[in-house]
Amino acid sequence: MSISREDIEKVAVLARIRVDEAQISALESDLGNILNLVDELSAADTANIEPLSHPLDAVQRLRTDEVTETNQREAFQAIAPATEDGLYLVPRVIE
Amino acid sequence: MHNKSVAELSRELESGKISSVELTREFLDRIKAEDKLYNSFITVTEDQALADAKTADEQRAAGKASVWTGVPFAHKDIFCTNGVATTAGSKMLANFVPPYDATVTANFRAAGAVCLGKTNMDEFAMGSSNESSFFGSVTNPWGLSSGDKRVPGGSSGGSAAAIAARLVPAATATDTGGSIRQPAALCGITGLKPTYGRVSRYGMIAFASSLDQGGTMARTAEDNALMLNVMAGFDPKDSTSVDRAVPDYTATLNEPLKGLRVGLPKEYFSDQLSPAMEQQVRNAVKEYEKLGATVKEVSLPHAKLAIAAYYVIAPAEASANLSRFDGVRYGYRCENPQDLNDLYTRTRAEGFGDEVKRRILVGTYALSAGYFDAYYLKAQKVRRLIQQDFINAFKEVDVLMSPVSPSPAFVQGANTNDPVTMYLEDIFTIAVNLAGVPAMSVPAGFVDGLPVGLQIIGNYFEEARLLNAAHQFQQVTDWHQKLPQ
Amino acid sequence: MQWDIVIGLEIHVQLATKTKIFSGSSTAFGAEPNTQASAVDLAMPGTLPVPNEQAFRYAVMFGLAVNAEIGRRSVFDRKNYFYPDLPKGYQTTQLDHPIVGPGYVDIDLADGSTKRVRIHHAHLEEDAGKSLHEDFHGMTGIDLNRAGTPLIEVVTEPDMNSAEEAVAFAKKLHGLVSSLGICDGDMSQGSLRFDVNISLKPKGSNELGTRTETKNLNSFRFMEQAIAHEVERQMDILEDGGRIIQETRLYNGERGESRSMRSKEEANDYRYFPCPDLLPVVIDDDFIEGARKLLPELPDERKARFKEQYGLNDYDARLLSDDARMAAFFEETASHGKDAKLAANWVLGEFSARLNAEDKTVVQAPITGAQLGQLVARIADNTVSSSGAKKVFEALWSGSGDNADAVIEAQGLKQVSDTGALEAMVDEVLAGMPDQVAQYQEEGDPKKQKKMLGGFMGPLMKASKGQGNPKLFNEILVRKLGG
Repeated sequence: MSISREDIEKVAVLARIRVDEAQISALESDLGNILNLVDELSAADTANIEPLSHPLDAVQRLRTDEVTETNQREAFQAIAPATEDGLYLVPRVIE
Repeated sequence: MHNKSVAELSRELESGKISSVELTREFLDRIKAEDKLYNSFITVTEDQALADAKTADEQRAAGKASVWTGVPFAHKDIFCTNGVATTAGSKMLANFVPPYDATVTANFRAAGAVCLGKTNMDEFAMGSSNESSFFGSVTNPWGLSSGDKRVPGGSSGGSAAAIAARLVPAATATDTGGSIRQPAALCGITGLKPTYGRVSRYGMIAFASSLDQGGTMARTAEDNALMLNVMAGFDPKDSTSVDRAVPDYTATLNEPLKGLRVGLPKEYFSDQLSPAMEQQVRNAVKEYEKLGATVKEVSLPHAKLAIAAYYVIAPAEASANLSRFDGVRYGYRCENPQDLNDLYTRTRAEGFGDEVKRRILVGTYALSAGYFDAYYLKAQKVRRLIQQDFINAFKEVDVLMSPVSPSPAFVQGANTNDPVTMYLEDIFTIAVNLAGVPAMSVPAGFVDGLPVGLQIIGNYFEEARLLNAAHQFQQVTDWHQKLPQ
Repeated sequence: MQWDIVIGLEIHVQLATKTKIFSGSSTAFGAEPNTQASAVDLAMPGTLPVPNEQAFRYAVMFGLAVNAEIGRRSVFDRKNYFYPDLPKGYQTTQLDHPIVGPGYVDIDLADGSTKRVRIHHAHLEEDAGKSLHEDFHGMTGIDLNRAGTPLIEVVTEPDMNSAEEAVAFAKKLHGLVSSLGICDGDMSQGSLRFDVNISLKPKGSNELGTRTETKNLNSFRFMEQAIAHEVERQMDILEDGGRIIQETRLYNGERGESRSMRSKEEANDYRYFPCPDLLPVVIDDDFIEGARKLLPELPDERKARFKEQYGLNDYDARLLSDDARMAAFFEETASHGKDAKLAANWVLGEFSARLNAEDKTVVQAPITGAQLGQLVARIADNTVSSSGAKKVFEALWSGSGDNADAVIEAQGLKQVSDTGALEAMVDEVLAGMPDQVAQYQEEGDPKKQKKMLGGFMGPLMKASKGQGNPKLFNEILVRKLGG
């Protein structure tokens, strides 16, 4: 199965990855090849087969509602690209 | 000393023949002298290692030593280490110094082991050749005499190469589709991918959450057992961690193999495998027969669909797992973002390498409206069929044996032009991750002077049986002792 | 053309757990920015979620309270989108297997009728952080303290047909989650947030029209206004022959305007898939029965009790029972006030009117139920007249007095109930009104006689300087005139 330039552009927007013209051409062939590989799936007979999202048939454990975390803002913000007054800064968000 | 195993080094330390500081110094010197050639480390933590070694020596002097106290090892640079850069082989995290430890990291710390540094890897563990690392390719210590530089395999190529080159006796690793077994095979060392859920994933930077599993690499099966003793166990911080007793994996290493039922999946002895490789694997199986095992052919009828299912599920999970790298809270951020979208798209375009971007885009596509059922849901159904294959096979046999990779270490750059060719490198290892069962790679011979691995696959939580089988093999063979020239 | 209004609601309810849904960080409100954001909340590399049991308990309690099926096996999914207040780049939520399945809530309407609003489902999910748009040199500041706070999102069927019904449902739900103790109910801090889906269809038509979603309404008043505004907007478009565009709109309560958020919707494809870091949550009978034991008296039960215990009518009982704190205030008032019906009148009358006028909730009221109860007791025992009582209430509310008796004393509002003094006043007044007395006595119709009594009351109140007890005056008058 091939993937169109439009699909690649759309997916790149969803994934928030900038791609330029030259990259799109390369991706058309690379992603197309990967999708060809993946298309073998369509041949499998999966009628009445339950999807498996996890290898072990386990159930979720739940945590007691107790505060276990302490304030580590200083340590976390020491490795942040931009902070001020304890806030993470990003270019202005327009609602 | 650098040719000794972890078990041997531990005994040397215990006997007082050498101190941990001396041992640590010896390995650090080797890294300094030789790693220019291999590039197997991203970060070497010399000062911290020597300080930890000193503490270990004090502990030992005080009679408070365990097996690991003072023994040097290394972490794949995917395990978060408090205060030490953790990059996942990516520009995105080149400056990332986590203020917390992975559970695996904390476990080794508690055991008193001395971490020498962080080993190189494919970016975000996506690769089978270690060529996608932002910090440069890793060179396999094997095959250098031919004049070509060969890949160590991936994604845990740095750990495998460092062990093969005797820069470190053991190293942690992770395996999402073969990332422990394939580099172990290509570098002639022993590696174990445990059952999914056996080792905590907390603080292990995620690639594909339902497939990722931390594991062990060392030269001997016994050392793998010693590592797993430290790594395995329930972790309340990981919801997918399994609350189940952890045996002493060294306790059963010497069990006789008489009556071990070995299955050879016919699908793994296929056209993709070169006759020379197949010969080595079949010779290894013969050794098992000599040790008392019975061998029969079995079938994993859906094995051929594993690559296709994997290249939907792994990229899909990765596409979401890697969304957190957005330049807001940590890691790389592009220069002078013009607006929010610019911040996101440029940070991610500049911070991720090509293979990571390809997989994010494939995964995004597979999950997007209109494709979800045909790709993601279908892949999950196939995943169940693949799991069922293993469940059925283990009704008949105790372990499965197969090749690890279709060919030995290839020359750097040989597969980088076509991602799909590279993906086929993992054709024999990927189904194991989809099913979640444990598997090992054990050195089993050479082809053209390059190591060949034997894959041993076990039923869920049967790591002890695999380690036992590998250890017994290593008592009658010496492939794992061979040194690259 | 006549139109039917069709309304469905989505309500985000912040759960009053101590910690976040997937980490052990505190959820306390008002902390310094990012001091309650742990490695997990910040989506630091390698960190993993572990769900909070209490969030599930609260969700199950809600499910039981709305007569819903409990999801025995619920699954978390990832909803993928990028936004700076969403650290992981996806929201962990429940798409196909929510913790609470179909249920219903009955609402009482002003005309005395009851209407059933069906709950489609309610699912658990995590809240996002907050973007602060004050000027940081042209940048926006991100506070992730709220990120990971547990929410249940309650989704109704489109069963409401007017703003009144939607607001009645919203109030009922607010009362319910407050009564359950699973939400602090503080709408001013965003503990409950309403999204309203509205569409119009020609009267009697079976086909639903295109709907719009108005997001993030955090007061009942804004909700009512936003619905009225949106209904009018859609009606104008439809009557001009236009078409409604399916979109998300933002209502500005201060300006009474709404605008499209189409830009935000554009190209959204959330790529939901099951979260591989979490396993299915299985809820067994023991867990459900444990949650059931924690259920307090619910509004419908309370309403029935108020009717029974206090003799209230259906309407008053409902108004007083919907909100747990209003109910508690009433019960405190009644316990001090001797006369429960009178207490109900005062709580629903003067007291509620003042809350509304000052846009306060019952917990923000400057007077206690005990204070109001004392006043009600003084009305009941005729110490103070109803007009005097209003003055007392004013003093209590403004804080110039702190108990009813002291205010009555200080302002000389005590009614004269001394029968001797009152009789003397009646004698004097009647003596000055011989014609009216004669007229009264000649009248054969008792009804008309009763009416004529009013003519004497004015002069009597004047004579007593407003402090005569009107009830006693009335009795004395009837006796003296009756003969």
